Amino acid sequence: MKCQKCDKPATFHITDLVDGKPNELHLCEDCAHKFLAPSTEESGEVLPAMAGLLAQHLAVGETAEELARLDQRSCPVCGITFLEFRKQGRLGCPHDYINFASELEPLLLNIHGETRHVGKVPKFCASGAEQQTQLIRLRREMKEAIAAEEYEQASALRDEIRAIEQARDKKTQSE
Amino acid sequence: MDFSDLNLQEIAQTSGEWLRGSGPESDIVISSRIRLARNLADFPFISRATDTDRAEIGKILRDRIEKLHEQGKFTGQLVYVDVSALEAVDRQFLVERQLISREHADAEGARAVLIDQREQMSVMINEEDHLRIQVLKSGLDLTAAWEQINELDDHIEARVTYAYNDRFGYLTACPTNVGTGVRVSVMLHLPALVITRQIDKVFRSLQKINLAVRGLYGEGSQAQGDFYQVSNQVTLGQNEEELTKKVADVVPVLIDYERKAREFLIRESQETLHDRVSRAYGILRTAQTISSEETMHLLSSLRMGVNLGLIRDVEIPTVNKLFVHTQPAHLQKLTGMELDSSDRNIERASYLRRHLSGDGTNAGHN
Repeated sequence: MKCQKCDKPATFHITDLVDGKPNELHLCEDCAHKFLAPSTEESGEVLPAMAGLLAQHLAVGETAEELARLDQRSCPVCGITFLEFRKQGRLGCPHDYINFASELEPLLLNIHGETRHVGKVPKFCASGAEQQTQLIRLRREMKEAIAAEEYEQASALRDEIRAIEQARDKKTQSE
Repeated sequence: MDFSDLNLQEIAQTSGEWLRGSGPESDIVISSRIRLARNLADFPFISRATDTDRAEIGKILRDRIEKLHEQGKFTGQLVYVDVSALEAVDRQFLVERQLISREHADAEGARAVLIDQREQMSVMINEEDHLRIQVLKSGLDLTAAWEQINELDDHIEARVTYAYNDRFGYLTACPTNVGTGVRVSVMLHLPALVITRQIDKVFRSLQKINLAVRGLYGEGSQAQGDFYQVSNQVTLGQNEEELTKKVADVVPVLIDYERKAREFLIRESQETLHDRVSRAYGILRTAQTISSEETMHLLSSLRMGVNLGLIRDVEIPTVNKLFVHTQPAHLQKLTGMELDSSDRNIERASYLRRHLSGDGTNAGHN
């Protein structure tokens, strides 16, 4: 049997209901796929792309100058610029949520309809998390200091890093 | 010795707990899944992590989780798989098995997964977030899934500092996951809603109440075999129980629609339906070469036929297993050979004949 929409062999036999009455369709694999695919088939794309799209929409209503200024703003911890975030839809580090808080709020409102977390809270050390995030910056600055042969600066940074890491490790051992 | 490869060969012979088809409402609900997105506070998110960062994150998380395992915090055996060291076919195998995401399989750089041997739990390391914890249950069982994953998360959290802030909750690489970082999803088999062309209406209604619908293998994939995953879109501003309840509350409605559509088909066109199911069964039992798409499509009819009592000599767990075992990477793992697409089609048909034929000329194999 040939497909009713093209000349390939019909391998799919579909019962379509038209006004409550069954209607037989004989289709090849490709045509059956097209027929059966829900019209919202791109819906899967929406979620990952959404952040990027919405982030780009943030530009609406800003003047070119404001936008350029906003785009150049960068995170002191990971170095990502707002422009890079708008392009990728992915943030660079936890501190971005603090650094870009006022820019992110309309975006979060758009995605979630809310801007405040009300769920689970980590049992241990939730307030120490931001201090841990500063390790990202300190490690980066230490690497830069070593590269620039500013060893005194590097050693001061190393001490700072160790102090924070020790506080962290104390926690993991106390369990 | 390649430890992880040995293990994959071994699991290929079995099927995951979530496929056993025994949970509540399991004629329509295949599985319930909850995943949590978490990040370490002291490392950049993946898109800005250096190779050294990724290696370090992987080392820390593996070490902490394996320690928890040694202390007996998890039930069952835990297997560590270095995903970056796997061949493409092995990565695909884990995707077909629902143990890692397609993104995790296709990504580059240091990344891994920890899997419990009953395949109820998997922990992806260095996916879009540092940590993606997942719990998978057969049938409709979201409450149990939430309790299990919540406990797991508590154990891990006692060992590491998660990126968290009072205002925005758990901080994630993508703002679509921030807050609870939770994705609650239920996989449903909805063939009658597809046949009666009501599935679009269902989609639109779900989207209106902020629930997402995807195909069998997650984001971007088309609905193969009439399987649909329904999940929450929102992760911020509602707590985990509320988000779980939102998905849990809509499932009975979808089950009811699907059952009504099946009753309608039986009432209005029983012969056509019975014919469709029997033809599907006939092709699956006799075909000499068959594509993955056609297999999924026909297995979907067969599955509905078994559930409606139109086919009596096949069990649901067998059909569930065939959906996964006839996927390309599974076929290659089961035969232990690399097969191109046309060889796979021949092997797939042979595999189906062996597992579905009543006379069982080759029933002893595999």
